[in-house]
This record gives sequence, C-alpha cells and structure tokens, in this order.
Amino acid sequence: MNYLADVRTLARKDLLLELRARDTLPAMLLFVVAVFVVFHFTLPAHSSDLAASGLLWVAILFTALLGLGRAFVPEREQRTLDGLVLAPCDRSAIWLAKSLATLTFLVAAEVVALPVFALFFHGVDGSTVAGIALADLGICAVGTFLGAMAVATRARDLLLPLLFLPLAIPIVVGGVGASTASSPGRYLGLLALYDALFTLLCWASFEYVVAE
Amino acid sequence: MIAARAQFASVRRLPRISLPALAASSLVLVTLALALIFFVVPNDANQGFSQRIFYFHVSIAITAYACFAGGAWKALRHLWKHDPRADLESYVAVHQGVIFGVLVLVTGSIWAKISWGHWWLWSEDQLVLFLVLFLFYAAYFMLRFSVDPGPQQANFSAVYALFGVVLIPVSFAAIRLAKGLIHPVVFTRHGPNFGGWILATYCVAQVAMLVFAYTLYRVELTGKRIDARLRELRLA
Amino acid sequence: MIQAHALGKRFGDKRVLRNVELAVPRGGFALVTGANGSGKTTLLRLCAGLARPSEGELRVDAERAAIGYLAHEPLVYRELTALENLELYGRLYRVPERRERIGMLLERFGLWDARRDRVVSYSRGMTQRLALCRVLLHEPALLVLDEPYSALDEAGATLLDELLREERTFVVATHDPGRVEHLATTRLALA
Repeated sequence: MNYLADVRTLARKDLLLELRARDTLPAMLLFVVAVFVVFHFTLPAHSSDLAASGLLWVAILFTALLGLGRAFVPEREQRTLDGLVLAPCDRSAIWLAKSLATLTFLVAAEVVALPVFALFFHGVDGSTVAGIALADLGICAVGTFLGAMAVATRARDLLLPLLFLPLAIPIVVGGVGASTASSPGRYLGLLALYDALFTLLCWASFEYVVAE
Repeated sequence: MIAARAQFASVRRLPRISLPALAASSLVLVTLALALIFFVVPNDANQGFSQRIFYFHVSIAITAYACFAGGAWKALRHLWKHDPRADLESYVAVHQGVIFGVLVLVTGSIWAKISWGHWWLWSEDQLVLFLVLFLFYAAYFMLRFSVDPGPQQANFSAVYALFGVVLIPVSFAAIRLAKGLIHPVVFTRHGPNFGGWILATYCVAQVAMLVFAYTLYRVELTGKRIDARLRELRLA
Repeated sequence: MIQAHALGKRFGDKRVLRNVELAVPRGGFALVTGANGSGKTTLLRLCAGLARPSEGELRVDAERAAIGYLAHEPLVYRELTALENLELYGRLYRVPERRERIGMLLERFGLWDARRDRVVSYSRGMTQRLALCRVLLHEPALLVLDEPYSALDEAGATLLDELLREERTFVVATHDPGRVEHLATTRLALA
C-alpha cells in the first residue's frame, strides 16, 4: 500500500507541475487539431474512410510524442531526479507516477481530438475507442520510460522519437486493426499483450535507468 | 545498510575456445556450406538456381536472432549480477546482430527481386521484421553514444537490449496480423518440407553462419578489450 | 558507520577517485577537502548511495531513509512552493507528524513567511535554506553535505553551524574548511 501511496504522491506532483506551467496540454491539443487539418490537405480527393482512420493513429502517436518529450524535463533541468532516487520509495514508482500523469494528458487531448476527428472525417466506433484506450497504456508506459533515458543523454529531444517509433509499431498495427478490421478482437488482443509485456519490463527495469 | 563490493570475485568461466581454432573452423564450415549450396544441392522445382540464396537468408536471419538474444543475455548479466565484462560483450553481440541483420535485408531483397520481381515486398514478414529491428537497434547505437561512458551508458544499453528481445516476438505477431499471410517455412509441422540434401545443406549453412558470427564476435570483443585496457593504462 | 577501503570510481576511462580510505564512526564528523575536480562530490554521492564504486569496498550502515544528502543543487521543484516541496518529500520519506515537522523546520530556517511562495521567487540563499529543510525533514542519522555553506548569508551560516553541532554523523565536503575544522573527527584530503 505504501507503493501506491508513493505513486499517488508523485503523480499529484506531476499534475500539479503541469497545472502551474500550463504548457504541455495546450500544446498537445493545438497540435492534434493542426495535424488533422494538415491531413485533410494531404489526403487525396475521394480517399477512403480507412485512410483517415490510419491517419488518426499517426496523429495520436505524434501528439503523444510531444507530451512524452516533456515528461522528465523538470527532473532533469532541476536535477530533482536525484532527490526522488534518494527517497526510500521503490524507483519504479517514479516511472509509474509519471506514466499515469502523461496518460492523463494524453486522454485529455484525445477527449478533444476524437470529436474533432469525427467532425472533420468520420465517426469513431467502439472498437476504435477500445483500441485507443489500450494503445494509450502502452504508449505512456513505454514512452515515459524511454523519455527518462532520452532526457539524460546529449541528444535529448532528438533521441526520443528514434527510440520510441520502432517500439510503437506493434501499437500502430493493433490500433489500426482495431479501427478498421472486420474482427478487431485479435488486434485488441495484440495491444493487450504488448501492454502486459512492456509494462512489466518497464516496471522491472526502471530502477537501472535512474540509479547505478 | 549499503554495502557495495566492486570486485567481481571468482567468475566460473567456460573453457574458452581459442581464436585461431575458431577462425579455422569458420573457414572450413563456410567453405563446406558454399560447396553444398552451389554444387551439391539439387535445383528447386519452382524457382531454379536463384532459390539458393534462401540458405543464406534464413541462416543469417537465425544467426542475427541469436546475436540479439546473446546481447540481451549479457545485458541481463550486467544489470543483475553486475558482471563487469558483460556490458562490452552485450554491445559487441548487438553490433554483430545488426551486421547480420543488414545482410538479412540485403539477401532478402535480392531473393524478392529474383522471385517476385520487386526489390522490396511488404508481404514478406521476415523482411519487414528485420526492417523494424534494424531501426530499433540502430537507435541502440544512437542511445549508447549519446551518453558518456560509464555506468549510465552501460545501464541504458542493457535495458534497451532487453526491450529489443521482447520486441522481436511482439513485432512478429504484429506484422503477421497486419496481413495474415504466411512466410514459407523450412520446417513445417509435418516435418521438413524438402528432402535429405536440402535439409542437410541448410543445417551446415546454419552452423557455419553461427560459428562465423561467433568468430567475428570474439575478434571484435578482443579488439575492444585491448583498446579499453590501453586507454586505462594511458590514463593511470 | 561508514567504511571505505581502496575505494575507486571511474566513468568510462576517466578515473575520478582512486584508492580512497575512509572510516567514520557513528556520531563522527568527516571533513573532506580538495580542489575543484578532486572528486569530493563523487565521494559524497557514493556515501549517499547515488553511485556504486568501480573498485574497492564501501560500507554505509544506514538505510536510504536514514541518509540526508545536500547536493550542489537544492533538489527542489522551482514551480512548487516550499510547502509543496516539503510535503512531497515528507510523504515519500513517510515522515511522522509531517505538518508539524515541516512547520517547525520552516520556522527554524526563517522561511515560514515565504512558505506559500514558489521556489522560483526565492533568492539563492533562501533556496539553500529550503534544501537544508529538505535534508533534515526525515531526521536522518547520517548527513552528507556537499558545500553546505555556499550561498548562505551570515544568518543562514549560523543556523548551519548549529546544525553541524547536533548529535549525528556528518560527512561534509568544502573547499573552505576553516569554519568547521574544529568539529572534524576525521579528515580526508583528496588530490
């Protein structure tokens, strides 16, 4: 129970920081709407609904990347990560709390993005929403983890997309399948498998990312 | 209580095969494999002489997987047992994996051109998987060299190598799901598809590739260790 | 409480610490001196548990919850208030009677009136005092302090003098040892 309390404490801190700074979430919202507008102009005339569905997933992925790049910036710029690592809590709680906070921002952005998408292109069905929910978990778990590493390197923002995109491919396949396939079950299953395996891996190995 | 002992006491090591012996066996096996592939094995009924590249393509692919798996194993030893030699071993294994991975893409592309007339086919699972893995492991090097040498670089590399090994099966499932077609497998569930010589040639080619990869691994590892030791002596 | 034998630390090929011997009994005061770049910060990070040795042995008889580490940086979030920062650490360290303890420390270090201000508005001296509050919050038995006097004015320095006389184990790194010489039971000069 101590673990969950720590996660709660840390997540509250992250949400509070964003509330004060008010930069990440508005940026994500604007970005996703702008991306939709760009899509309209890049999709050839008479494109199928399927093409638009695929592009929805591109939008989600890159909007998430925007948020993920900012996740560990306060810890790195102000060196407060050392302070958190010194505390007696489990280091994986730091990752979990940060992922949950990022998940909150991503979901908040999607709550706006999906109606806008429905407005611009076509409606979004139940299996798409289920796909998005499962995909968000994977994106935030893995993306936050990689973000912690990226922010400690010299290349910083350059590195996160390079690290994240190959790992995001199964998520995209699962997501697009859930949106477009006639039997979305298998694709949702793929997403669930991805989430389970990678969340476990992230949870077990975060210790080594922040401590020697 | 924090107690840290950096000496890695008495490692139980497997008896090491000497490098010259390895190099010699590589040479013998690869020559044997080439001989079998080009002179002994009968032509494939459908694709003719050009199908022979398949022996290289599959054996190189399996070898690449073995390198990535080896890299992940060493990564685990670094993180878990703090084996001081494991970081470099993991890095070299991943490096070999990438080299062989690129060869998979090249041989696969040639095979695709010969068999289907296109240099790239999205319908070829193995090819697409190796493209994804290539992107992933290329990022490994970007990550590693974006961090100053030290415990952090080693830890990041190790963790990322573990991610890679989990990604392989998940990506494969994803790619399969993305189209639902099946890559022609050498061994089907009812036993090998093809007859005696073909199976034997494949096995020789596979063993040859694995030994060759291990030889290259040992050569590179030795070189890197010498470099590190020299630098250490210079700065001491 | 701290025992270091043949302790060494390397970052890749760069050797930062070599063959360090240190023994600090419980209640002792270790004074670590040396020029810039001599490895004082690295040694203190090792003692605090933020790094592992590359060579040799290090034994610290204290859990993470019993160690307080004052780094060069204050390790506080600039966009949060002093209260929020201390609340955060108070919860993570499971400090009993958290509110009272935070209030008491803020008073002691003269930050009570500024407690609801964001740290970004603090002067360097005030931030250093807040860092001291952070370090003392969980009543650590071992205090590892890296250049604690930096940025403190005379009033702040006096508060720190008092702290250093308390019944705890101290490891203090400074390149101006004059002020704390008399308290030291162990001295280590790094080259």
